[in-house]
Amino acid sequence: MARARNFLPLAGFLVCLFGFLSYFFVFFRFPLTRDVPWVSWLLFAAGLTLLGAGVLRAFRRPDVYRGRVTGPILGVLGLAVVGFFLFLTTVESRRLPVSAGAPKVGEKAPEFVLPDAQGRPVRLSELVAPAGSGGSWVLLIFYRGYW
Amino acid sequence: MAVSADPVADTRAHLAKTGWTYTFLADPKTDVIRRYDLLHPVEGTAGIARPAELLIDPTGTVRWRDLTDDYRVRARPEAVLEAFDRSLGSRL
Repeated sequence: MARARNFLPLAGFLVCLFGFLSYFFVFFRFPLTRDVPWVSWLLFAAGLTLLGAGVLRAFRRPDVYRGRVTGPILGVLGLAVVGFFLFLTTVESRRLPVSAGAPKVGEKAPEFVLPDAQGRPVRLSELVAPAGSGGSWVLLIFYRGYW
Repeated sequence: MAVSADPVADTRAHLAKTGWTYTFLADPKTDVIRRYDLLHPVEGTAGIARPAELLIDPTGTVRWRDLTDDYRVRARPEAVLEAFDRSLGSRL
């Protein structure tokens, strides 16, 4: 008796994997889907639903569907992918130094000279108050870099 | 104006790729990043900057800042502009 292939666990796992990868390759680039990764969560919900349905039917209807071995394996892998994502976006991304000594509101920003992208030195004090002008505001952004 | 631990050449390549035109500064030894106490240590390197934004007025004084508690979440442009408007208003 030939039993039907049970494609749901594999489909569910692939949706979970897509939810994981698409965040870092696509949705991370847009604040709307990065700050709160709701698209990834929706994909994980869909993927885990497919996985669950696939594993259930492999065990409830073993006469009809295959997948009693591969189903649970893919289920564990899918849960691992989702768990790793939640770890990265809740624990890991919040692991930041305290920065208690960073300049506070009302304090002077420490002077510095650094090279720009062409290697020309840029001095903070010359930017905030260029000679002969009323001075200008500077938005100083520190970023992690593209290493 | 943006500061990172990327070397000058990497920063130049990144600007060529993105087309961004505001000033990017390279601090590969993380001297300035350390002076601002914004170092995020990375084993085996000089470290990188944690994300941070500081609004500095013409006297060189910090008027607003955002040190995020999650590096995925940065200040939105609207938040910076609002802080700028508020700072200007408080000077009148």
